[in-house]
Amino acid sequence: MKKDVIEASHAIAEAVKLVKPGVVAAYPITPQTHIVERISEFVANGELKSEYIRVESEFSAISACLGASATGVRTYTSTSAQGLALMFEILYIVAGMRLPVCMTVANRAMSAPINIWNDHQDSIGVRDCGWIQFYAETAQEAFDLTIMQYKISEDKRVLTPSMVCIDGFTLSHLYEPVAMPSEEEIDAFLPEYTPYHAVLDPEEPLTLGPIGFPSHYMELKKTQVDAIDNSINVIKEVFHEFSKKFKVEIPGNRPENYDVIESYKLDDAEIAFVALGSICGTIKEFVDDLRKSDEKVGLLKVICYRPFPMEDILNSLKNIEKIIVLEKTVSPGAEPPLYTELRSLFYEALEKPEIRGFIVGLGGKDVNFEKIKKIYDMVKKGKGKKVEWVF
Amino acid sequence: MAILGLPEEEFFSYGHRACAGCGAAIAIRLITKAAGKNSIIVEPTGCMEVTSTPYPETSWKVPWIHGAFENSAAIASGISEALKYLGKADKINIVVIAGDGASYDIGFGHLSGAFERGHNFTYICYDNEAYMNTGIQRSGSTPYAASTTTSPAGKMSIGKAEWKKDITHILAAHGSRYVATASIAYPNDAFRKIKKAIETKGPTFVNLFATCPTGWRVPSEKSIEVARLAVETGVFPLYEIENGKHKLNRPRDPDKLKPIEEYLKIQGRFKHLFKPKKRTDVIEEMQKRVKENIEMLLRYEKYGL
Amino acid sequence: MINFESLKLKVNEKEVTIGAILKSDGSTAKLKTGSWRVRRPVFNFEKCVGCGTCWVFCPEGCIKKREDGKFEPDYDYCKGCGICSEECPVKAIEMVMEER
Repeated sequence: MKKDVIEASHAIAEAVKLVKPGVVAAYPITPQTHIVERISEFVANGELKSEYIRVESEFSAISACLGASATGVRTYTSTSAQGLALMFEILYIVAGMRLPVCMTVANRAMSAPINIWNDHQDSIGVRDCGWIQFYAETAQEAFDLTIMQYKISEDKRVLTPSMVCIDGFTLSHLYEPVAMPSEEEIDAFLPEYTPYHAVLDPEEPLTLGPIGFPSHYMELKKTQVDAIDNSINVIKEVFHEFSKKFKVEIPGNRPENYDVIESYKLDDAEIAFVALGSICGTIKEFVDDLRKSDEKVGLLKVICYRPFPMEDILNSLKNIEKIIVLEKTVSPGAEPPLYTELRSLFYEALEKPEIRGFIVGLGGKDVNFEKIKKIYDMVKKGKGKKVEWVF
Repeated sequence: MAILGLPEEEFFSYGHRACAGCGAAIAIRLITKAAGKNSIIVEPTGCMEVTSTPYPETSWKVPWIHGAFENSAAIASGISEALKYLGKADKINIVVIAGDGASYDIGFGHLSGAFERGHNFTYICYDNEAYMNTGIQRSGSTPYAASTTTSPAGKMSIGKAEWKKDITHILAAHGSRYVATASIAYPNDAFRKIKKAIETKGPTFVNLFATCPTGWRVPSEKSIEVARLAVETGVFPLYEIENGKHKLNRPRDPDKLKPIEEYLKIQGRFKHLFKPKKRTDVIEEMQKRVKENIEMLLRYEKYGL
Repeated sequence: MINFESLKLKVNEKEVTIGAILKSDGSTAKLKTGSWRVRRPVFNFEKCVGCGTCWVFCPEGCIKKREDGKFEPDYDYCKGCGICSEECPVKAIEMVMEER
């Protein structure tokens, strides 16, 4: 077990080194480039024996991962915003072909106007592509989730690609203490990859990627959707196994027992924040501060966004009177996604809480203590519209 | 077992849904014979992909993967590196079989990237000179004055107003050790070139001319005849560039080319050059360029370029 | 390495496979495309010299070499394109209209 104060993107690179992918495809885009740069150093120094492909676009990056995964090796790539958008069609294809490709998304705003700073428009924008999505709050979580995502994606009950989302700059470039298990410990947790359903091997010739006529497409899609729906059980299993094997080394930088959500001071809470990613760190500080004045407030951090852990969320928020959803994304022409999903969740509840939506932090606008306080006061006083923009 | 110097075994089964007389199907048979059992085929969206893998059936007898339309070179890159990682580098033939739409246009950038990085694979373009699978639309490979559904001949239009993109030379400029043009009408020549491309290290390319009787409006039995005329008239010359040096296979005499008219007049896609009025000006210009091209290839060969 | 049987699933009474994977077994042979034909090639085995030209140019690959070295088409799959007839150097193949 090694402990270091390390940039989150470098922590992810360390995790990738431990995971030992066969092929890494790299294309630069701010703010994820530090990850692939560090990995290339590992390869150049012989610390990581992966084949490193310096592709000519993100589209090629994900395509190369598709080809490599289909051949039967573990893969890795990393991207942000415009790069993720460029990968769009292949994300659907990789999910449809059930290839366990794993990647990191350093969340960044979508152009136009062009903006390299953090928000969630990119990954939330592809929430229907069929990939599992995790959101990390800290550098430790980014490291841990990167290890765990491989075990989850490669599980034969899952066979679904996954992305670990980290907030661009706000998390990717943040130096934090991270505990990193040794190679032997990770090898014991994550064995070598053995393809379950797809290889490209003249010894056992298979046809991958046929045309699916209306007679078969919907049936095939159902098997794919069933797999990601049911993956939530495997996710909990893997999270549980990891938490048992690797205990908290640095207090407060990760949940003691990883779960699809993290309930922070919700037991007796009357008002609860709901959010994704590193903003939860600031919200936790705010919650702690309010608790000093005996305000009954808490936070529900969603770690696994796809599959959407409906039961866990409902259960966690069942006694809450007011829910404050903070979102770093928009759905132009409609109400924001997480807010909408929360409201839908409570549609059948006997006692419906008040649910308020707040669009914050787009294009990297800082979401600090003061803004969260402003939001909290708005909700407590019953001021403002159902969905508010807080600049 | 060999017939006409070609292996008898088929790796591409009948029952595929290609049109009667499909030149690309003939191309696939040749390519898979040259690649053999020990291959991985990568294919983008197109006529051959769609007609050969109607789920739950497949015509293929070798490992085969289809990803998307434009990324077969990138997928092949991933496969070649994965095989390297598995210790199987250079032990399995990676062959991309892509149409001209996928190669000349939408996949062009990725093709360039894969060639620049130097992965060990062979890219074969079955060139039927348009987006045939979607119903005969113009591609960068469509020849000048050909009528397609997005470049139809009309009162204000000669058909395609641009000349065919020279993809072979562009890929040679990437430093590929072997690029060549081939035609289904010369199967032994094509087989030799494809085999050579597969055996040569690094990225290699063969542009394989394949008639589309449906798209070119040619009777299905004339598929080979048309492809042969394309070579005899010099419209599609057969040549190789090995380690940067040209070798023109045929036709070698720019003064003894069959007149281009013989090639054009049997195809419906050029019929507007003959009716209602014979466009002698256009035909002469096309004839001139064809002759100049042959002369240029001969010059390259002569000066060791 | 891959247990193909374990990749099969049943949805809506239909059998499908994980990720739409198929064995590369040439199963399109299940469809007898011979039914597409409008004309059929009639081979004259007296004229045939067994050169194999018809075999190399058949888009279906359904022309087979016989024991005696001559070639004949598999009418289950022949689409009647006529290339074999057109290219035969000794004009041993004639296209005749199918009778239905």
